[in-house]
Amino acid sequence: MLKGYVPPYNATVVQKLLDKGAVLMGKTNLDEFAMGSGSTDGVFGPVKNPWSYSKQYREKRKQKAHGENEDSNWLITGGSSGGSAAAVAAFTCFAALGSDTGGSTRNPAAHCGVVGFKPSYGLVSRHGLIPLVNSMDVPGILTRCVDDAAIVLGMLAGHDPKDSTTIQDPVKPFTLPTSADVNKLCIGIPKEYLAPELSSEVRSFWSKAANLFESEGAKVIEVSLPHTSYSIVCYHVLCTSEVASNMARFDGLEYGHRCDINVSTEAMYAATRREGFNDVVRGRILSGNFFLLKENYENYFIKAQKVRRLIANDFVNVFNSGVDVLLTPTTLSEAVPYLEFIKEDNRTRSAQDDIFTQAVNMAGLPAVSVPVALSNQGLPIGLQFIGRAFCDQQLLKIAKWFEKQVQFPVIQLQELMDDCSSDFEIEKLSSVSLKQ
Amino acid sequence: MSSLLSAPSALREDALRRLKREMWARAVKLGLRSWVGWRRGFTSKADPQRSGRVTAEVIEHLERLALVDFGSLEAVARLEKAIAFADRLRAVDTDGVEPMESVLEDRCLYLRSDNVVEGNCAEELLQNAHRVVEEYFVAPPGNISLPKQDEQEPFSHI
Repeated sequence: MLKGYVPPYNATVVQKLLDKGAVLMGKTNLDEFAMGSGSTDGVFGPVKNPWSYSKQYREKRKQKAHGENEDSNWLITGGSSGGSAAAVAAFTCFAALGSDTGGSTRNPAAHCGVVGFKPSYGLVSRHGLIPLVNSMDVPGILTRCVDDAAIVLGMLAGHDPKDSTTIQDPVKPFTLPTSADVNKLCIGIPKEYLAPELSSEVRSFWSKAANLFESEGAKVIEVSLPHTSYSIVCYHVLCTSEVASNMARFDGLEYGHRCDINVSTEAMYAATRREGFNDVVRGRILSGNFFLLKENYENYFIKAQKVRRLIANDFVNVFNSGVDVLLTPTTLSEAVPYLEFIKEDNRTRSAQDDIFTQAVNMAGLPAVSVPVALSNQGLPIGLQFIGRAFCDQQLLKIAKWFEKQVQFPVIQLQELMDDCSSDFEIEKLSSVSLKQ
Repeated sequence: MSSLLSAPSALREDALRRLKREMWARAVKLGLRSWVGWRRGFTSKADPQRSGRVTAEVIEHLERLALVDFGSLEAVARLEKAIAFADRLRAVDTDGVEPMESVLEDRCLYLRSDNVVEGNCAEELLQNAHRVVEEYFVAPPGNISLPKQDEQEPFSHI
């Protein structure tokens, strides 16, 4: 739909980075209009996970499959900001921006072994971010380490007169301390997040992480978010409804693709939108329109809004009871091969994969996915920390401490290893902070 | 379009009918035959496995509202699954709960003062559009709604 479109202005987050001297290297691939959880439905094709080509993964595969074409069974990156995650994971760039409406930054971050940070809603400007769900979207930050994410956040956070949903409280750039006073923390483990589909490896890393905090003196308690099982349904209704509204602007008249039909405006709009949108986007628009029909509005849309309040209140109650941060998995398992992922349609996959991440968007809280360790297959697994609203700094402080403890290995890609003369250099590459 | 509106009503109706035929002729030429075909096929063979929530009327209504078409029976099936999925919300007790529109509902929305501070970039904006005449975006004639399914006569007027 936006083929050939050159934006006449920069998004605020991009402009802020450019003003601070960042070099824009390019735009990355994603699911079309950020709808999806695999980065497989973009018009430029699916995104391949760099870990498919890593020494760690390849060595494990050699033990199992023989005579298989090396490139045929590559893995997805997760989505929808898969291209950004892949770019950061493959050392193509220092940091990348994504968007996070239901987990679209944290999901690929976990699959690609990078840090995926979702700021609190209202902290970072959405001006220039193509809106998917206005009440849940935020720009996401993808970096190789938490320090880098903090640096980028320091540049991006703050009130923007062009986005009236940004809060007006003053925000200053900050540096994260190395220690986190873990023994004063209370970590909450939501019991409803122990989904039956959760892979045993992720579950074991989750409980090891909880034990790690406990061994350092933190209080680790089980908490309850009772409406968790409904949050994905609620998200589905609200997302499709807002999408139906937000996608209405794409009619081919002022920008973007336009078809050749000229008999009437409606016919032109209809044909343009048929040609310009893929099945996923069209499906969501139609679902959204269904939920917004007069006879369905009360039962679906308003109901979902009420459920959203219940979900947001769940989080408020948990944080009010003394919990500082919640620790949950980010994804159900490690990255799966593309051929397996496409066996189910986009909607089903999104409903499965967003399960741990979308409730956070509904409550507008900050969250970060930190890579923890490699699975038995040599693929990254991430865990998610959820913080209180506008306590992004504290959240990153805890994430940084945790990252230091787990020492996630650097991806071993052949090209990188050829360039670096020693293992030490490779280790240094993983956290190229501006201070150094 | 303005000339059409100011013409006498009989002429207008005539012109509208011609336009509709022309539209359908063009539509067929551009390969929308399959779109029409699937809609016809849809009403003629009812799938007994579908729940029936999404009737032909609903489909037509949605397509007209969204100006996006289903395109296939699979898309209709996906919508039905989506509705079934959304029906799970009924199990939640929301008595006395207010709908939540924004997580920032307790804060005052910022409004900047109503002064023009930037703009004057008409040329840049016009560059992104396909059809432009001087400083206008060119649109096809409006006020002509998409034909209903029973008004389609795609094969007889080419």
